[in-house]
Amino acid sequence: MNKKLIDLQHITKSFDGQMILDDLNLYIRENEFLTLLGPSGCGKTTTLRILGGFETPDQGHVIFDDQDITKLPPNKRQLNTVFQKYALFTHMTIAENIAFGLKIKNKSKSYINDKIAYALKLVNLEGYGSRMPDSLSGGQQQRIAIARAIVNEPKVLLLDEPLGALDLKLRQDMQYELIRLKNELGITFIYVTHDQEEALTMSDTIVVMNQGYIQQIGSPEKIYNEPENAFVADFIGDSNIIGGTMIEDKLVEILSARFPCVDTGFGTNRPVDVVIRPEDVILSSPANGRLTGTVTHLIFKGVHYEMEVTTPDGYEWLVHSTGMYPVGTQVGIDVDPFNIQIMHKPASEDEEAVKIDE
Amino acid sequence: MIKTAAKKFYVFLIFLFLYAPIATLIVLSFNASKTRAKWGGFTTRWYVSLFRNDAIMNALLNTLTIALIASLTATVIGTIACIAIINMKKKSRAIWMGITNIPMLNADIVTGISLMLLFLSLGLKFGYGTILLSHITFCIPYVILSVMPRMKQFNTSTYEAALDLGAGPVYSFFKVVLPDILPGVLSGFLMAFTMSLDDFIITHFTKGAGVDTLSTKIYTEVKKGIKPEMYALSTLIFVTVLILLLLINKAPADKKQKA
Amino acid sequence: MNNFRKKLPGTPYFFWSVLFIIIPLCMVFYYGLTDKSGAFTLENIIAIATREHSKALWLSLLLSLIATVICLLLSYPLAMILCSRKGGQHSVIVFIFILPMWMNFLLRTLAWQTLLEKTGVINSILSFLHLPALNIINTPQAIVLGMVYNFLPFMVLPIYNALAKIDENVINAARDLGANPAQVFFKVTLPLTVPGIISGITMVFIPALTTFVISNLLGGSKVLLIGNVVEQEFTQASNWHLGSGLSIVLMLFILLNMIVSAIFDKDGEGSVL
Repeated sequence: MNKKLIDLQHITKSFDGQMILDDLNLYIRENEFLTLLGPSGCGKTTTLRILGGFETPDQGHVIFDDQDITKLPPNKRQLNTVFQKYALFTHMTIAENIAFGLKIKNKSKSYINDKIAYALKLVNLEGYGSRMPDSLSGGQQQRIAIARAIVNEPKVLLLDEPLGALDLKLRQDMQYELIRLKNELGITFIYVTHDQEEALTMSDTIVVMNQGYIQQIGSPEKIYNEPENAFVADFIGDSNIIGGTMIEDKLVEILSARFPCVDTGFGTNRPVDVVIRPEDVILSSPANGRLTGTVTHLIFKGVHYEMEVTTPDGYEWLVHSTGMYPVGTQVGIDVDPFNIQIMHKPASEDEEAVKIDE
Repeated sequence: MIKTAAKKFYVFLIFLFLYAPIATLIVLSFNASKTRAKWGGFTTRWYVSLFRNDAIMNALLNTLTIALIASLTATVIGTIACIAIINMKKKSRAIWMGITNIPMLNADIVTGISLMLLFLSLGLKFGYGTILLSHITFCIPYVILSVMPRMKQFNTSTYEAALDLGAGPVYSFFKVVLPDILPGVLSGFLMAFTMSLDDFIITHFTKGAGVDTLSTKIYTEVKKGIKPEMYALSTLIFVTVLILLLLINKAPADKKQKA
Repeated sequence: MNNFRKKLPGTPYFFWSVLFIIIPLCMVFYYGLTDKSGAFTLENIIAIATREHSKALWLSLLLSLIATVICLLLSYPLAMILCSRKGGQHSVIVFIFILPMWMNFLLRTLAWQTLLEKTGVINSILSFLHLPALNIINTPQAIVLGMVYNFLPFMVLPIYNALAKIDENVINAARDLGANPAQVFFKVTLPLTVPGIISGITMVFIPALTTFVISNLLGGSKVLLIGNVVEQEFTQASNWHLGSGLSIVLMLFILLNMIVSAIFDKDGEGSVL
């Protein structure tokens, strides 16, 4: 395991009396690709801005490389940021943009020129040095923003929804590019996004946030397969989240049908939330299913069909399947035991998973 | 803390600088003494005698009607011109924006005398009409320059969508384009109205004997001494505008809070 | 047909601007370059070199330059302070600077007489504070003050607009890349507001250079600016040829200013509105 590079301790921040971050604790290891993921207003950008030095927390400490940098201004920090919508200096050429940080550090001319050439090559924009930012496409401007940050050889690169303004295809290309960059540079990336797919694709570690609290920290696989609560389950990918009863260890009752599962330790006859991913729902003839329902919607999605299956009690199951069942077909529903994820019901109203607003 | 206090003090000083003369004029409007130099006690009689002073009332009427007609005409011509300019090719657009900028960038005195020379050679009688023509001329650029940015933002496909749905160009303009550029049109109108109201120099060169706006009336009074009624009148205008603008400004603020 | 219909709306403005902008300017040039008999001459332009005229021109240039510099120095910090305040206050700020215009410009300038007079308000306050009296009424200083007073809003608004347009993250990016506050200002903020500054300079310098009212009202009859000379040629001496000739000289300065602003503000970004 790499050593802890950044440690956020008991960070609290509010704006105009509204609590944005409440006692946030988080550490980031060297060389990690860590993503802060959550809906808008969850506090992820504020966390990043505290790391960058653009906000000072009301309480708590930011420890960087064993030094308390909580009150250090941005220009004295060994991190660089790639901003939302690029924030390039429109009055300077691309080369001048990239050279900005190096000139301030009084680096030699030849060093700066080498660095510009290296950075432009790294982001595949050789020969663009004398152009103005306005003449570049969004994707190209984004690469320049990255180049401008990395020539300063920061220990950590902060990225604030850097792909948000790009179209889907470009976004996917840039995701691969970012992974490649991270591997070549060997530095820590802290990435902020509300796009769960982006987070799953690129991260070593995902931090799911909501309303100023960390909901879950874990690897993409862990977050996807074993969400700790209904918020995470709902936010990461599509899911069927159904209220059920844990009859005993390894047996759960959903919509009055009993399903074997692999979870233990929930007690007997306890109400729980059950998460089943749409691709894990197995459709068959009515006789072969534990539950039966009627297909009420059908959309072809390319890789698979997306169907909505309504069971007699009115629950609408979201199903992804390569097999096609026309609307109106009676189908049987089954799920493999290890694809059933059991979660505790929130203990109080207060803890109730909050609606996602995007 | 000291820094913010210093900033506030600086802003306060600038506003004092901007508004001190206005405060002075308001005080003078209540001065019983006829001369500026001396405080002769508090009175409101200038506010009464003001309405019996035909010369001032006439100048006020001229000023207001000229400002209103000129800014309205300029708003219509200017807004329509924007439609044409936005549809032009880059080069001719640049030429027309350049021409539009001439009255803005040129010195008022040059605009004034150039119009004076024109009216002379056309043999026009100097008076209300020539003032009006001049005011429309220098008002149009204000309208165009405030409508143009809105027009550029306007999404042409919205207009095309209206045409596609069967609306005629004129109907589409009023139903689709105008509502979108309205803030620009309104601020252009207000700007033009203000400029017309405050103008002295161009009016000075294009007015004839016997016709006066408030500005030219004040200018001729400078040597003899300003009539205290003038202070009373400008105080009234200022307070009216202040109240109106406060009301206008408050209305959208309320809406924003609700949203 | 379609093309024609698109251009049709421009027709009234087209005729209007030819008749009331272009032809009048041509007439100034015609009068300026001819004598009373209608023969071509450069005399009216060369007349600027006479002692009286060149003195007025130099004084005008000096005073308007001083006024422009003072306006710039006062406005930039003010615009920055106004900009740093949060919330959508744009209309309020424009409102504060436009509002004085609703009180007649001549009256407002005259009010400075009352404020500046030997026994005026300012001197009363100064003597109350046991400070030396300010005797600037009817001097060039009073004219500069009048210029700054009248044209300050035209400097503040374009600079404020240019500042308000800067994305906060661009400033953050500069800090992030290691720039200290002074470096942020000189390398990023200032260059990005150049269009606003240029526009402000134009809006202050040209009216200040050509004014005849402010010098009349605050300079007594002692100070003669080039604007006063031109005005007198038209309204008192009725020598339109000489007045036009001197106006052409003024327009050369205006043209110079326009060229400079065109170089610095290519997209016409700096605007008062």
